[in-house]
Amino acid sequence: TKKELPEHFKAYKHVWVFIEQERGQVHPVSWELMGAGRKLADKLKVELAAIVLGPDDEATQHAAAEAFSYGADLTYVVADPLLTDYRNEAYTKALTDVVNTYKPEILLLGATTLGRDLAGSVATTLLTGLTADCTELDVDADGSLAATRPTFGGSLLCTIYTLNYRPQMATVRPRVMPMPEREEKPIGRIITHPLGMVEDDIVTKILSFLPDRDSAKSNLAYADVVVAGGLGLGSPENFQLVRQLAGVLGAEYGCSRPLVQKGWVTSDRQIGQTGKTIRPKLYIAAGISGAIQHRVGVEGADMIVAINTDKNAPIFDFAHVGIVTDAIRLLPALTEAFRARLSPHSRDRIAS
Amino acid sequence: MHIVVCIKQVPDSAQIRVHPVTNTIMRQGVPTIINPYDLFALEAALALRDQHGGEVTVLTMGPPSAEDSLRKALTFGADRAVLLTDRFFAGSDTLATTYALATAVRKIGETFGAPDIVFTGKQTIDGDTAQVGPGIAKRLGLLQLTYVAKIANVDLAGRSIQVERRSEGGVQVLQTRLPCLITMLEATNEIRRGAMADALRAARAEVVIWSAKDAGVEDISKCGLRGSPTIVKRVFAPSARAEKATMVDFSETAPADALIAEIFKRQPKLEDDLAALARGY
Ligand SMILES: Cc1cc2nc3c(=O)[nH]c(=O)nc-3n(C[C@H](O)[C@H](O)[C@H](O)COP(=O)(O)OP(=O)(O)OC[C@H]3O[C@@H](n4cnc5c(N)ncnc54)[C@H](O)[C@@H]3O)c2cc1C
Ligand SMILES: Cc1cc2nc3c(=O)[nH]c(=O)nc-3n(C[C@H](O)[C@H](O)[C@H](O)COP(=O)(O)OP(=O)(O)OC[C@H]3O[C@@H](n4cnc5c(N)ncnc54)[C@H](O)[C@@H]3O)c2cc1C
Repeated sequence: TKKELPEHFKAYKHVWVFIEQERGQVHPVSWELMGAGRKLADKLKVELAAIVLGPDDEATQHAAAEAFSYGADLTYVVADPLLTDYRNEAYTKALTDVVNTYKPEILLLGATTLGRDLAGSVATTLLTGLTADCTELDVDADGSLAATRPTFGGSLLCTIYTLNYRPQMATVRPRVMPMPEREEKPIGRIITHPLGMVEDDIVTKILSFLPDRDSAKSNLAYADVVVAGGLGLGSPENFQLVRQLAGVLGAEYGCSRPLVQKGWVTSDRQIGQTGKTIRPKLYIAAGISGAIQHRVGVEGADMIVAINTDKNAPIFDFAHVGIVTDAIRLLPALTEAFRARLSPHSRDRIAS
Repeated sequence: MHIVVCIKQVPDSAQIRVHPVTNTIMRQGVPTIINPYDLFALEAALALRDQHGGEVTVLTMGPPSAEDSLRKALTFGADRAVLLTDRFFAGSDTLATTYALATAVRKIGETFGAPDIVFTGKQTIDGDTAQVGPGIAKRLGLLQLTYVAKIANVDLAGRSIQVERRSEGGVQVLQTRLPCLITMLEATNEIRRGAMADALRAARAEVVIWSAKDAGVEDISKCGLRGSPTIVKRVFAPSARAEKATMVDFSETAPADALIAEIFKRQPKLEDDLAALARGY
């Protein structure tokens, strides 16, 4: 299937990461992608560029400067008041223009609501391939981007290429890639590009923005400790055992997808390919089989502990510590044992 | 008003089983359903039609058997169904899919009246890319409203629409012009049961069946595998971790303590972290 790359695509070079800004804040997924992009650029022996879109203000300048501390060799900036809030029309034009002018071979975006809205429009405008929700990015021997994602319905992964078109585009969900170490660096090369639009060119108007209340958000994706339950728990009542253990550990609780589909747990608690990706220090999974769509959401955990009655459950293929037993009986005991072990009283005793 | 709703027929993933030995998908006998996310789009469209009058046309690209899903949509109350089916479409990635669907929407407009709104679901449960909605919008030059939670107001005469759109960290209240494309968020409404009359009508209704040529596809090389820039090169099973999981013996008298001891043995620092967390720092 690989033909010689068409002549007009041969000028496409370097790896780009789209830096997503929301009301002055860079979305962490952008820095995670800089880490992944750095590796691709080093392997290809090309440059890593950040592309920052936003209003002409301090936050945008700051994001452009920060990009160097996360590994950028250079940064492209389109700064214009029309880019203050995200609107598809203006952002699509800005990103497409910069790509057409400076021709990257690889373009990575976060698979957020903003990133997915933008990536689909840009890829269609450029008539190139876009691989969604990748869990692994690599370049193969002949320098093509190898983007891996889970395939539907089975415990399998697939690797997708965009061989004959440029740029090769991919999205990655937050927390899938590790956050790279920030290294203080001076501001390097910044290339600015004009937006070339006036407000009248943009049809869609933002009437207002209603921020989420903080209490409405679970901190699952960024939690240090996560306890989750699956269908093996058998009933919504038994799921309380998961919440109780999470309570004692100061942890967030989560679940596999079927529990959301059954209405036992709200969808913001789903862990996996179509839910949240987590990278905690400790992940405890009770009554979860470990299907690929669940696995890709938890593989970044430092330690995975699995409780399952089936010693052949796939989760034991990627867990660090396992126990073959009935979670409904073990969870209350585990909650009590952790409570005893972690109480200040018992720690004083250990210390003395 | 005329509304087009794009629906996809997908395998009912809740019923897919993986063969325990060969690790392959056991597809035989897996029933197909309308992609669950698309029902929110369909209901939103039906509600707008009820309010403003007009027609809802459902459109799918798929194998001949996808007619089942279209008939199902008719039982919910859609007025017309169009099946786009042709061997040239096989193996389409999202770019090729949007080429075919955008062409069909154009043809629907020429044949049955220009649509005011095109709806899609947020994403599918099989391909799961969420790329098809934005792709159709771009190809048709429609304004794009993704992740819409609520359609607040439609002013047909004034050609404008107001919606609430889920974005990172909040909800954007947007106003734009008709025609537009909306991808509807899940759990924003509940599909109606469908009236008896609709069920009877659906059973007898004629589904419009278009080949690539019927739909007005001009360039077959933009369809299917040939028109798809992405190429699936390798399908493989994930490997087990090199190092096997340490198994804690359940028959011990205090398995919970044994499990905790194993966790802290492997990562001593974790105990301090956990103690701090448990105290609420
Ligand atoms: C497109 C797509 C996207 C998906 N996205 C996700 C996703 O984001 N997240 C996700 O989780 N899934 C997702 N899935 C579903 C996934 O394929 C699995 O079906 C799902 O993860 C299985 O959930 P489970 O492990 O809870 O249930 P099961 O697979 O039924 O496993 C239950 C487990 O519990 C064990 N068990 C039974 N009784 C007990 C007991 N008393 N004590 C201890 N263990 C017990 C069993 O041995 C078994 O291993 C997706 C699927 C598709 C097709
Ligand atoms: C495992 C796997 C991975 C894939 N990965 C990619 C990838 O990374 N990039 C890529 O370009 N393609 C990919 N594809 C191909 C892609 O799934 C198909 O092109 C598919 O036809 C549409 O994409 P989707 O299912 O992701 O739809 P989505 O973009 O998730 O669907 C959004 C909405 O578009 C509408 N819609 C989608 N398909 C149809 C249809 N056939 N008829 C009517 N309406 C429809 C529905 O309203 C749906 O809710 C993949 C396919 C598989 C099986």
